[in-house]
Amino acid sequence: MDIQDDKVINCDVLVVGGGPIGSTAARFAAKNGVDDVLVIEKRQEIGSPVRCAEGISLTWLDEVEIEESDHFIKKKVKGSKLYSPNGNKMTIGKELAGDEVGGVLERDIFDKEMAVLAGREGVNFMLKTAATDVIKENGKVTGVKAKKMGEEFEIHADLVIGADGFESQVGRWAGLYEQIPSKDIMTCFQYRMVDIDIEPDYTHFYLGKVAPGGYVWIFPKGDDKANVGLGVQLNQLDGNKSPKDYLDEFIDSHEGLKKGQAVDMVAGGVSVGHPLDSVTMDGLMMVGDAARVVDPLTGGGIANGMKQAKIAGEVAAEAVEKGKVDEDFFSRYEERWRDRLEDKIWRNYMAKEKAVELSDEEFDKIIDALSEVDLTELTTEAILKAVQKKYPELVESFKDML
Amino acid sequence: MSVEVNFEKCMHCGACVGACPENALFLNDVALEVNENCIECGLCVKGCPVQALSLGGA
Repeated sequence: MDIQDDKVINCDVLVVGGGPIGSTAARFAAKNGVDDVLVIEKRQEIGSPVRCAEGISLTWLDEVEIEESDHFIKKKVKGSKLYSPNGNKMTIGKELAGDEVGGVLERDIFDKEMAVLAGREGVNFMLKTAATDVIKENGKVTGVKAKKMGEEFEIHADLVIGADGFESQVGRWAGLYEQIPSKDIMTCFQYRMVDIDIEPDYTHFYLGKVAPGGYVWIFPKGDDKANVGLGVQLNQLDGNKSPKDYLDEFIDSHEGLKKGQAVDMVAGGVSVGHPLDSVTMDGLMMVGDAARVVDPLTGGGIANGMKQAKIAGEVAAEAVEKGKVDEDFFSRYEERWRDRLEDKIWRNYMAKEKAVELSDEEFDKIIDALSEVDLTELTTEAILKAVQKKYPELVESFKDML
Repeated sequence: MSVEVNFEKCMHCGACVGACPENALFLNDVALEVNENCIECGLCVKGCPVQALSLGGA
């Protein structure tokens, strides 16, 4: 960091947001040759408080050069169980789900570890520092206005990476995009519970009106501990009921949960939309939840975001080296992340758009049909074909997806 | 200010910030600020997981 005077800091690449996506983008920028990478994080502590359900797959860690570790993976699971409103149940095993099963993280430890990996590459972190606006010159983003412990100053950078999560403001201040449509917003609440009776080797998903437009999750963190939470589509919230109310009702109705204790509460929002047409402009690249690459079907943001962040960091390094920090050059980033992620996000988005319309009876039939077949692959197409055999009328409205 | 924040309830999670169509909310760690861009649409009130927000004067 080069401090011009008290009021301006200069760096090569500025990353706004010190979550795992920001740290990963910063790490790969530094690793690929950028000397002066700065991450600003508005919280005083990276990773805390946790704002995540913590369930992830474990198949992609190699791709972003992370070694699996018990430090941040609290529990591994064999598979997932899906429940429909009438109690129909299906199990997805490891060999079957591929990307979809794996482990339950300790997100606070994971986020800190991602910052450590970036720090080892020479990335600087500035905590309790919030971006309050974007600085633009002739249409190009050249930095941000920032505030650290009451002190206001500017940070100038060749290139800004916006990794500021679901509530991202960097892209909106810069004029890159507008708000998230309310139908694509999930509002979520979770307890970490102990002294509960669940099958700890599986993640559990409850579908239907228990969480309209979303689902209830139970992600085990030990034999008698789990994250128990839900997401509800903002448009389908019923009157004065909050997500917390829905969750309290669910727990009261669940034999294995109602005797347990909540030792932690988490709230948050997730966007479950489709990818934006553009996540770059001159001087600015957006990444992760802020670029809306969350898997729209599961609401998971870490895997897609970190894969995208690696590409962002690599392209940022190339751009800084060549002095080409413009939207034209950033097409390399757009092309690479879209090649890697976009097909699946779109497919899952279309599936989500259908799923949010399903009634409890339809979920009962779908899970019933799936529980009777031995799926060899867990794709939307395979699921639809399996359901079609038993309930052809149910698949009518999905036909365009087959 | 047109949106009132109940800081006793607020979990500073940012769900309201992402839900706001006017970018009128700013969450600085634990402090939620509402600016003059607010159009009182109520999406933040609806999107809050713990009902910490209300429209002012209500």
